[in-house]
Amino acid sequence: MKKEKLVVIGNGMAGARLVEELLARGGAAHFDIVMFGDEPYGNYNRILLSGVLAGTHDPRDIFINPLSWYQEKGVTLHAGVRVERIDGRQKLVHGAGGITEHYDKLVIATGSSAFVPPLVGLKNESGQYKEGVFVFRTLDDCTAITQHAAKAKKAVVIGGGLLGLEAARGLLELGLEVHVVHLKGHLMELQLDAKGGAILQRTLEGMGLHVHLKKNSRELLGHERVNGLLFDDGSSLACDLVVISAGIRPNVELAREAGIHVERGIVVGDDLRAPNEQDIYALGECAQHRGRVYGLVAPLWEQAQVLAERLSGRNPQALYTGSQVSTKLKVMGIELAVMGAQEVTGEQDEEVTYMDATQGIYKKLIIRDQRLVGAILLGDTSSAPNLLSAFGRGTQVPESRSELLFPSMGEASTPSVLQLPDTAQVCNCNGVSKQNILEAVSKGHRTLKKLCDATRAGTGCGSCKKDVQALLENAVGDNSVEDPSAHYYVPGVPLAKAELVAEIKARGLRSVSAVFEALADGREDVASKTGLASLLKTLWGKDYEDERDARFINDRVHANIQRDATFSVIPRIFGGVTSPAQLRQIADVAERHNVKMVKITGGQRIDLLGIPKEKLPEVWRELGMPSGHGYAKSFRTCKTCVGSEFCRYGLGDSTALGIAIEKRFQGLESPHKMKLATAGCPRNCSEATTKDVGAVAIGGDRWEIYVGGAAGSRVRKGDILCVVDSHEDVLKLMGRFMQYYREHGKYLERTHDFVERVGIDKLRRLLVEDEEKLAARLDADIQAAVDAFVDPWEEAMRPHHPSQFTHTLPMESEASGSVARPVTAEA
Amino acid sequence: MQYEQAQSMSVVYNLGLATRVPLGEGRTFTVGERTVAVFRTRSGALLATQAECPHQRGPLADGLLGGNVLVCPLHGYKFDIKTGLAVGHACGSLKTYTVELSDREEILLRVEDS
Repeated sequence: MKKEKLVVIGNGMAGARLVEELLARGGAAHFDIVMFGDEPYGNYNRILLSGVLAGTHDPRDIFINPLSWYQEKGVTLHAGVRVERIDGRQKLVHGAGGITEHYDKLVIATGSSAFVPPLVGLKNESGQYKEGVFVFRTLDDCTAITQHAAKAKKAVVIGGGLLGLEAARGLLELGLEVHVVHLKGHLMELQLDAKGGAILQRTLEGMGLHVHLKKNSRELLGHERVNGLLFDDGSSLACDLVVISAGIRPNVELAREAGIHVERGIVVGDDLRAPNEQDIYALGECAQHRGRVYGLVAPLWEQAQVLAERLSGRNPQALYTGSQVSTKLKVMGIELAVMGAQEVTGEQDEEVTYMDATQGIYKKLIIRDQRLVGAILLGDTSSAPNLLSAFGRGTQVPESRSELLFPSMGEASTPSVLQLPDTAQVCNCNGVSKQNILEAVSKGHRTLKKLCDATRAGTGCGSCKKDVQALLENAVGDNSVEDPSAHYYVPGVPLAKAELVAEIKARGLRSVSAVFEALADGREDVASKTGLASLLKTLWGKDYEDERDARFINDRVHANIQRDATFSVIPRIFGGVTSPAQLRQIADVAERHNVKMVKITGGQRIDLLGIPKEKLPEVWRELGMPSGHGYAKSFRTCKTCVGSEFCRYGLGDSTALGIAIEKRFQGLESPHKMKLATAGCPRNCSEATTKDVGAVAIGGDRWEIYVGGAAGSRVRKGDILCVVDSHEDVLKLMGRFMQYYREHGKYLERTHDFVERVGIDKLRRLLVEDEEKLAARLDADIQAAVDAFVDPWEEAMRPHHPSQFTHTLPMESEASGSVARPVTAEA
Repeated sequence: MQYEQAQSMSVVYNLGLATRVPLGEGRTFTVGERTVAVFRTRSGALLATQAECPHQRGPLADGLLGGNVLVCPLHGYKFDIKTGLAVGHACGSLKTYTVELSDREEILLRVEDS
């Protein structure tokens, strides 16, 4: 297939990021890529320009991709070549110096430039800016300001927004007297409310900055070189350096002249395409999407990902639906994190604020329907990771608002990973230190997945992943690259769960190898096998083509491997209720096999530990009990309390209910294990409120059903899904929830993460109120899964393979007649 | 004979029919004094490594195999099964063995004795 030519106008953060994302998705196979860059450099991180001005960053440090990168990647870059015209009819881009490129697809990423208000006396007689007058936008601007600052004493920055204050910081560092003049009533009005702006101003003034609010600049004084600034109110300010930082304007002239629809920015749809142009796309600060032009980096990253998904053909239907704006930044060294709404919008909104002006700390949260819709954190952003996560995922916030404002007051009383010393161990499963992780980041592992793969952090129980993420974000800021595979159900098949399920059903793929063949170019991926096996079993039930090599060892031999390569055997004891005869049977087997340890488990069962693999079938046969599934990603057990039959407090028959639950759902496959419990009264002796699914009797035959509880590496009280009034309804609603989780949970996503991700309100609407009429279908599907259950321990009688339970195949095996013997011996 | 012993000896063992190892899985074989994990890929190729993981002696034959990657069942340490090299960790690499399929579909394992 002949490759198409993709031309990208703009080599800034948007254009270059798009190309990076495209290459990461194999885009080089589809396109010859040509880029035009106005500046004669590779691609640099514009956000760090203030650091260059302040002298804290060397210009070399802020390059993301040097010129050699383009060469290595086979990308043609016309560096320092300004594009003069787009010819949409002939599909040509004309650059300065007669450089013309034909395109099949065109991406406009021209970004924005500094807005310069119409000031009197801005330019000298030859039409140049007066000496000492600058804008602050490019590396060249930065160099020019630094050079001039060496001979200047008093600087004025016009504009008290983020960029203006950053410029002011740089100038202060250079030893100048610095004044900021701002048109509005408080600093950084785009990010901060009036109170926040006032606190920021106080802190900045403490650092030696002079701030002048509500000042409209009218005229730059001086002949050839600037010597002062005159305001509308008649006052003036002497100075010998002026930096104009009054906002940015999208660069849309090229597009407008080419007849592309332009409003404030180049108008694009959710496909990031200009609506009337077949092959022209725009992204970044020059693009206007759903009426918004974004000036922050995170939305731009998201746009680059969506466009790369479309252009690479990886997901031609990918859509960009807008960004929730959140950002973490430093203003003159002061931490600031802002997200979402700045002010309450109605009576339903709740505002929570904390202010400590002497410390320069201001925190404000806006909460709507128990969800965080906006926040400002100034001077102390220690709670930003939690808040960003709550904001981004739309999860419910804790009742105690102070936990949100002060992370150390809540569940996470341990210090933030960012505050730990470098030697601190972050991943306790694999012994990975903070230092190991930071070193891996500096070696270029800039996605969570790559970082985890490189260090092994987060690859054990996974509970430290959010810490690893926090370290990554802190180390690289918004420069972390999201790995496209983060959304895949399994890493080796480039599809999210819903899409994968659709493909599997449409193509009738019933085995793991068939999925690799059809959906992964035949590439078998070891990390994807167990996840696919679990999904296929859930989808096809008894029609699933079982390939045992896709199972983890535990699921091949139906027992849990131990550190010495022996196994644990846990027979099922329904609801934890046993009998003397059963106990005697277990005791006999344990004695006969010299079981190393007999252990009562947390799930009210009896564990026989240290059984060699080849003894498993014999032990199962002698026990004569079904598998307790102490090994599988499936329904595990239902813990019970004594309940109403004996307990003097019991309100409901929790033992009978627990036995019924366990009989019904035993062995049911799911994205991760499910541990259940029933409690006969709210005293909760069986800990039902911290189980994946739990039922608590509240009297009058009524039961509360809890979902998403956890008491493992994370502790979370479950959410009440509903209250029902019979055992039958408990079974029905639990089954409905489990089936929905089976269908929509990510592989290895426990219910506590799943419930938070989906939201308990939505689950109630879907599963209890049946808003989308799913319930009958879910009920039928869980019934089919229940009916398809076969006790895996029946393989004690009918092994799947003659060597299924062999630990070591002998050199001589009389049974098979094959003898291991030297065939040849050669020198 | 004396100089022959000074050199490394290469001995080929017949471990029996390839079907003793299920498709896509591995099995541990005792070969003389040593144990060897022999794998049979879904495409029918045979591969062999030392039997125990260098990390904490996990039984590699019980691991998952996919593409070129073998994953130890105990702690998920990964190895390139063809070269034996560690993937993403520094816990040492695996000894690999040459293993072939005979005309009669038997596993022929070559062991270098030095």
